[in-house]
Amino acid sequence: MGRNFSAKQVSGLVSGLALAVALGAAVAAGPASAATLRMAWSQDATGLDPHKQTAFSSIRLLELIYEPLVRLDKDLQIVPAVASSWEFSADGTQLTFKLNPNAKFQDGKPVTPADVKASFERILDEKTAAAARANFGSIASIETPDQTTVTFKLSRPDVPLLTAMASINAAIVPAAEITAGSVGTKALGSGPFKLEKWDPNSKEVLTANKDWAGGKIGVDGIDISVLPDETAILASLRTKQIDFALLNDPLVATLVPKETNLILNRTPVLAYHVLQLNPARKPMDNLAVRQAISCAIDRQDVLDTASVGEGKVTGPLTMPGYTTDASTLFCYKRDVEKAKKLMADAGFADGFSATVIAANGEPATAAAEAQVIQSQLAEIGVKLDIKMMELNVYVDAWLKGDFDMAVALNGGRADPYSMYNRYWTKAGNLQKVANYIDDTLDSLMQKGREETDPAKRKAIFADFEKHLVEVSPWVWLYTSYSYTAQQKTVQGFVPTPEGSLFGLSSVSIQQ
Amino acid sequence: MSYLTRRLLTFPLVMLGVSILVFVTIRMVPGDAITAMLGTEAGLLTPAQRDALAGYFGIDQPILVQYWRWLAGVFQGDLGISVTYGRPVLGVILERFPLTLQLALMSMCVALLVGLPAGVFAATRNEKMSDLGVRIFAMIGQSTPNFVVGLLIIYALSAGFGILPVMGEFTPFFEDPLRNLGQMILPAITLGFAFAASVTRISRSAMLDVLSDDYVRTARSKGASKRSVIWRHALPNALIPVVTLSGVEFGYLLGGAVLVEQIYALPGLGRLVLDAILQRDYALVQGCVLFIAFNFMVVNLLVDLAYAALDPRIRLGEGG
Repeated sequence: MGRNFSAKQVSGLVSGLALAVALGAAVAAGPASAATLRMAWSQDATGLDPHKQTAFSSIRLLELIYEPLVRLDKDLQIVPAVASSWEFSADGTQLTFKLNPNAKFQDGKPVTPADVKASFERILDEKTAAAARANFGSIASIETPDQTTVTFKLSRPDVPLLTAMASINAAIVPAAEITAGSVGTKALGSGPFKLEKWDPNSKEVLTANKDWAGGKIGVDGIDISVLPDETAILASLRTKQIDFALLNDPLVATLVPKETNLILNRTPVLAYHVLQLNPARKPMDNLAVRQAISCAIDRQDVLDTASVGEGKVTGPLTMPGYTTDASTLFCYKRDVEKAKKLMADAGFADGFSATVIAANGEPATAAAEAQVIQSQLAEIGVKLDIKMMELNVYVDAWLKGDFDMAVALNGGRADPYSMYNRYWTKAGNLQKVANYIDDTLDSLMQKGREETDPAKRKAIFADFEKHLVEVSPWVWLYTSYSYTAQQKTVQGFVPTPEGSLFGLSSVSIQQ
Repeated sequence: MSYLTRRLLTFPLVMLGVSILVFVTIRMVPGDAITAMLGTEAGLLTPAQRDALAGYFGIDQPILVQYWRWLAGVFQGDLGISVTYGRPVLGVILERFPLTLQLALMSMCVALLVGLPAGVFAATRNEKMSDLGVRIFAMIGQSTPNFVVGLLIIYALSAGFGILPVMGEFTPFFEDPLRNLGQMILPAITLGFAFAASVTRISRSAMLDVLSDDYVRTARSKGASKRSVIWRHALPNALIPVVTLSGVEFGYLLGGAVLVEQIYALPGLGRLVLDAILQRDYALVQGCVLFIAFNFMVVNLLVDLAYAALDPRIRLGEGG
């Protein structure tokens, strides 16, 4: 092909390309439809079945399309969604919901008690493989006495049940779609937005659901672009290509306030960064060794170094209403001398070697956290070998309990029992990962599940937290923020500690 | 048997080998479609729930049975269904391929348009300051990772000029050529940049070899102009290493350019494979790898055929 190139042809091609750049940029800078919110995120949903998808990236999308019976507001209080009211029976074994008579699916059909019953039966059916089923073990039967009432009969008092129902993993889907087997291939919910188009890992087109029972929606729709690199998201915000974005990387998020047209929303979240020790392995089976590790770690330093100070040092309880003053917890003030003494008492005055696993980029700060912890523990003679893994490989090792220590970002819940029963009860599903349990932890958790008085519940879980930190199976580090960034023209977004984007139903764009 | 027939006959054998390799490798990596979907929540599943999911993803059978089923499908032109897209794998791949092909072609153009003239220019100014300048520039180009170039371009355009192409989607060229070029030109420059540097270095050294050959001296002594000697006599003979290099590079580019596609949010083959691996979408990974291997073989064959066209002395298939 190169045989016949002339200088003239070359220069013609070059100027043609230059023109294309200029025109392309001019086209790109043009205005878009004003009433559609243009949004970007770096990780796309991985599926559309609200009962099966547990990844944050999927839940963020499904929350716009589907609705549970109730949802949590910005203060984690339970507010109506498909149900307009609810009530526990006096003995706590019956939970009754009144449905909103105006609630409709996006095909115009009303949401009925039969849909609620079918949805929960689908979750409870083992063939569905819904991970959330673990939260609904107390449901014995579901009754639908009339056209607006659903009653859940429980096998035992279960106070956290209502909070567990306020999850998109307990969304109400049409009974007809369940029968047809089309849940997950077709997105048909009762939420504020309809999914018109989904091109996985590329883009979503959502339109406002005019019949939504929850109120008026401020935009005509939302166009979501998947931009895998968050610096490209920031660049798109800067050039007004997008109005709103979800950010994960604190380093990118902290650059947003430097742009005059942009606003950063920063919300403390329930998820927690933690160093998990594995008490099934020597020498972490030794209480003094675990306590020594806890005392040798400077949590604030981990936060400042790995996450540019974006977050707050935390104990196990991260939800407002249950948090205690972290500085009063065992060894939350770093004490290297005490740590060395504990190591000597345990017979490890010369330290030991161990491996810590962490997932690549999940969270973005994982590698940095592991490195800070490595240098801090070196001071008491613990030689850490850091093993970075692809997320799936990490999850596989984590689920098998195949690690000495693990740097993790674990999800939080609005209720302490729902959050920790998987790890710190004798029957917990993830006891094989936690590998530590004692009678005190187990009995406090059981008391907490049954106690209905809020003040007494708070006291029970405060005891639970204090004991858990003292026995140090894990070293809780800090909670971070969820970030959204937006143009100043976007108004009315309310973030929540769960990182929900449901608040997009009330945003509007100023001209 | 002609050279072409023999080469074509090796295709199915190579494809079979590739298919076994990818089928086994992706399953040997710890983690599966279930952990990819549920993350640590997978630990909450009961054994019955796990079995149900394994059945859904088709990973409940022994690996030989799985492979045999898949292979039987492939012979009927069915590469399987992607669990992420809920559609046949081949359809998903063919949808992504035009972008990848266009990006490969455009970045090759950028590389050759910059690299060839620069290489020829440097060769004619051998060991002068201008030659040194080109060589330093080529060295920088070759050693700068393309994601750095991409991020710098994006930052400079958005922060300095307030412009940026629309990202996150792909407009086919024939639908809206201007919008298409607006989206593709920066990624093409980013990808072409490093490759232009390699082309510069290879074409410079090939030209230097050729320029010292007898026939070039003869042409000069017969009074041919310097320009005619370089472009008509020397360059065609210096092109063979450039064609080899371009062929290999083009084959790679047809496999997608993961980093550049990530930075510019282009839905191309590279990101398709990456996401498929991360989500353990087995059928999609297998389909993509087979497709990429096939393209690579075709490009290699075309390169070999191009040798014969460029240099009449090369006769393919004779004596090995």
